[in-house]
Amino acid sequence: MAKVRTLILRAPGTNCDAETVFAFQQAGAEVCSIHINQLIRGEQQLSDYQIMVIPGGFTYGDDIAAGKVLANELSLKLDEDIKRFIEDGGLILGICNGFQVLVKAGFLPGVSDGGSPPLTLAANDSGKFECRWVQLWVNEESPCVFTKGISSMYLPVAHAEGKVVADPEVLPELNVVLYYTDQYGNSQAGYPYNPNGSVENIAGICDTSGRVFALMPHPERYIRGTQHPQWTRLGAKKYGDGFQIFINAVEWVQRL
Amino acid sequence: MHRVEVYLKSYLPDARGLSLVRDIHDLSITTVSNVRVVDVYWLDADLTPEALDVVCRRLLADPVTQEYRYGRSRQPEGNVGIHYYTIEVAYNAGVTDPVEGTVIKALQDLGVGEVRGVKTAKRYLIEGRLNEPQLEAICSKLLVNPIIQHVVEQEESRFLENPQYKFRLKQVDVSQIGQQFGFSEDELQAIIAYFQRQGRNPTDVELETLAQTWSEHCVHKTFKGRIKFGEVTIDNLLKNTIMKVTEELNKPWCLSVFEDNAGVIDFDGRWALCFKVETHNHPSAVEPYGGAATGIGGVVRDPLGTGLGAKPILNTDVFCFAPPDFPYEKLPKGVLHPRRIFKGVRAGVADYGNRLGIPTLNGAILFDDRYVANPLVFCGTLGLMPKKFSQRGQQQAGDLVVLVGGRTGRDGIHGVTFASEQLTGESSTTSYSSVQIGNPIVEKKLIDVLLQARDRGLYSRITDCGGGGLSSAVGEMGANTGVSVYLDKVPLKYAGLSYAEIWVSESQERMVLAVPPHCVEELLALFASENVEAVVIGEFTNDRRLQLFYQGNLVGDLDMEFLHDGRPQVKREAVWEQPQYVEPDFACPPDLGKALLKILSSWNVCSKEWVIRQYDHEVQGASVLKPLVGRDNDGPGDAAIIRPALDSEMGVIVANGINPKYGEIDPYWMAASAIDEALRQIVAVGGNLRKVALLDNFSWGDVEQPNILGALVRAAQACYDMALVYETPFISGKDSLYNEFQYSGKIISILHTLLISAISVMENVNRAISMDFKKAGNLIYIVGTTQNELGGSEYFRTHGLIGNRVPKVNPKLGKELMYRLSMATERGLVRACHDCSEGGIGVAIAEMAFAGGLGAEIYLKSVALGESIDRDDFILFSESNSRFLVEVAPENKGEFEEIMSSICFCNIGQVTDSEVLEIYGLSGRKVLSEPISQLKEAWQKPIRW
Repeated sequence: MAKVRTLILRAPGTNCDAETVFAFQQAGAEVCSIHINQLIRGEQQLSDYQIMVIPGGFTYGDDIAAGKVLANELSLKLDEDIKRFIEDGGLILGICNGFQVLVKAGFLPGVSDGGSPPLTLAANDSGKFECRWVQLWVNEESPCVFTKGISSMYLPVAHAEGKVVADPEVLPELNVVLYYTDQYGNSQAGYPYNPNGSVENIAGICDTSGRVFALMPHPERYIRGTQHPQWTRLGAKKYGDGFQIFINAVEWVQRL
Repeated sequence: MHRVEVYLKSYLPDARGLSLVRDIHDLSITTVSNVRVVDVYWLDADLTPEALDVVCRRLLADPVTQEYRYGRSRQPEGNVGIHYYTIEVAYNAGVTDPVEGTVIKALQDLGVGEVRGVKTAKRYLIEGRLNEPQLEAICSKLLVNPIIQHVVEQEESRFLENPQYKFRLKQVDVSQIGQQFGFSEDELQAIIAYFQRQGRNPTDVELETLAQTWSEHCVHKTFKGRIKFGEVTIDNLLKNTIMKVTEELNKPWCLSVFEDNAGVIDFDGRWALCFKVETHNHPSAVEPYGGAATGIGGVVRDPLGTGLGAKPILNTDVFCFAPPDFPYEKLPKGVLHPRRIFKGVRAGVADYGNRLGIPTLNGAILFDDRYVANPLVFCGTLGLMPKKFSQRGQQQAGDLVVLVGGRTGRDGIHGVTFASEQLTGESSTTSYSSVQIGNPIVEKKLIDVLLQARDRGLYSRITDCGGGGLSSAVGEMGANTGVSVYLDKVPLKYAGLSYAEIWVSESQERMVLAVPPHCVEELLALFASENVEAVVIGEFTNDRRLQLFYQGNLVGDLDMEFLHDGRPQVKREAVWEQPQYVEPDFACPPDLGKALLKILSSWNVCSKEWVIRQYDHEVQGASVLKPLVGRDNDGPGDAAIIRPALDSEMGVIVANGINPKYGEIDPYWMAASAIDEALRQIVAVGGNLRKVALLDNFSWGDVEQPNILGALVRAAQACYDMALVYETPFISGKDSLYNEFQYSGKIISILHTLLISAISVMENVNRAISMDFKKAGNLIYIVGTTQNELGGSEYFRTHGLIGNRVPKVNPKLGKELMYRLSMATERGLVRACHDCSEGGIGVAIAEMAFAGGLGAEIYLKSVALGESIDRDDFILFSESNSRFLVEVAPENKGEFEEIMSSICFCNIGQVTDSEVLEIYGLSGRKVLSEPISQLKEAWQKPIRW
């Protein structure tokens, strides 16, 4: 079977690239870690890949606002390439900082026509960067191709600006993929189950095609059993909850 | 110039403001009901109104949550009629503003025209009634650190050009050197003799080079000195204790010890591990945020600058502060309050470490009044590199000196000599240029590109530019060859630096490479491709001279031999006499519940979750055992485990031991206890002692006082004695001396503080165990004997006492015991294990219970005693070393007891599902019965900020 070519985008301050590369490799993809300058200079073509990932990190220090400067760079310098990549059936995954970038660049919740983006990711209600594990409920009705067959996940978050803020009239239009809940699936549990104060407990969204997906939690940090915070109590599963996301992405491309 | 203010829409809560409201309330100012924070940007550019609008809409303000304006706000939009105080805080001239570079880059992306400069500020809108002193307190205690910031009183000219530096060679009359360089009398004589032989006067930069190369920070002259200790003379304490034990143990897996920026051991034959812990005490005392951040930045560059470069994969941070409730009125003048230091240090470490993408998985925080003016900030980094890169490189004559990374400014000038001096009340104002502000993204970019250059073999040697700046880095690199440096080639942040300032600046995020001429083109291109500056600033020679040039003028010319070997050995006297303290005479309380709750909520023992959560401990995806464990992910894990190579089942355990309060009684047993504690933590999580490497970090007072030096000698001797028996070599270390503070005639010296950091190679991470109780009905064992050793214990401390019976260590017994316990865990017989440290059995059992959400029944009369103890409280809270609490399933009882049969162990109770901790005393009477929820609450409450 032909290899699924996956591009992990690096920019100054990206810091989850290595483990994201590893997760996709484990899922059977052929992975390249590419610096944004290589795309801008034309040394690498987005069209040579089938999956693009914007991994976690603090691109450009998250100065001004998280992901903002990389978002502008993408929309000012690679806008056409990315739009064509999406039109041509490519998959885009944004994790944590990647979520912030995709939203602020206007590629989520859907490609915009230059108007004001309808939602953003703002500072956590706690006012703090926090690293903690969260329970996620997956909206199986969503078109998201990354989460097919997954009903819930337990994953870590680590961010200071992960609160989804949206105009109320936009909310019904969103393709929400993931919601924060407590361990019983209750979505009204509040902080710290919803770690940032996201409106309607939103943890991840996709576009209408289901091929552009972004989330605040880190699936690449739970791809095997010993990454679970309680594996020494509960026993280690072979694969972590996040692994299926990478498998789904690779299999979806392979089926094309 | 344009001024833009960006603020949250008024209906949205302002998290930054609300956390400030809490801090203001902590100052006992209760009349403030709200604070809004406004981001201010000054842009030095000539933008059209349309272009400025684009900049605001697309870049500076978030379209959903924020608004912007060009004027100056007095109050939030729409809140007319409510009185607000406004305070605007900006950076002082010359202080690095990390946001500046990013905004300039982003403005260039937008293509709005030339931007010459950017400055930022924060504007605070404070709602509530305040008087002048209260407003002043909010400014000085929370908002402004005068070292780096000031309150903007009126519109200032933000973009003053720095005056250009005009070259003039500065020579110093050799007979007039005096005190300004901090030389001792012996050193001064050596310098005078040297320059008399040269027949000329020294230049300023030559003296700076000598002062810095010969500083305590760089050469450890006390440790390498000649110390008269009673009847014995020790010629080089380091070589006779810490380095000696490594030499004697002669472990084949020690790949590089005491010769590079970090120690290196073999991991699995394919990879090598590289470990270093540094202190950044003095800068953190003056500017906690910047000081701690650059502490992280600095120690990360140690593994990066070891061998041919290691990737940083884990951080560990240990802090010592005065208690957060230290009374303001007792605070010495010029000293920041410990709560502010704590918060600032935490934020600095988290912001820098998180941005670099290095997980912070291990650490400790200790409190004592005597750290009030000298907080201790230990930052450590573990690195991973292919084994073939583990040896320090060697350049050839003709190789080029290439400076890579950040630009050079006045940051940290004289930081090294500052670090080796006493702090005084004026330090906050006189030492401003020693404070460094970091920019983690510059360092992250540097790491990314450096590791690529390493793998391509583009340089022959690397070192970090740390304390002492280029002077230290290039001076050391060129010691065996000689080097010429052209100081005018060094890229500067701003104009106006003299050649001497360029040479000694401690600006962050810089590394120095030796690059063979045929590689230089490829290297420079690689760095340019990821926007990291790299500049050739000199070349290595073969004349063993250090020659410095500026604009074609020779400004410094020193013989390498004199620079590195010409320093006269320090001579010091040391004495040691054990102090005697009052022995406790209080009666054993009938109910030990209160005593346990009190210890659990003491600053030293209580939960540090508030800190740990704000560190990213998952990044890089390697964590196996996290700092917070148990049913609710909030129990205190003993040591952290990571899987450094993601495709392997092998792991590294990282642990630390530190017990400064024992040093008040005897620093020998303090050091022994610290080593024992670090090793216990390794064994407790399922490791063993087969491949354990140690680091030492001594933070001490004024070692020119014989009794303080005597304490240092005792501690170093214990390091030798313990490591020899445990067979755990030291691979690197560091000392920070002169940690004392003088005010109104009094001297506050810190506690003698030794931090032992340990790494252990774990063959199979799947054998890891955590400390939380797993199942009701399982048996609880104590392994090791309990002695009447409460000297320096938390229990005595809650009674305001110290005592004299400090916990000792019998390393032969300890080693056998740990060996046996490791065997049991390797066979999967142990469900939970926790070592006994502060608070003894009492605290350990409580932590295991509430972390597991289960109760326990404990019988103190079953505890094996090494000597007769007739008090329940002493058994429960003794801090004897080499002890573990172990949970074993009933079906494994036989096998476990058989393995342990050669050592002291006993079954002292069992895990219950009652959610209550019940302890029965020597008489059989119940002496403690507390719901685990209460115990946990007492433990979590103090630092739930």
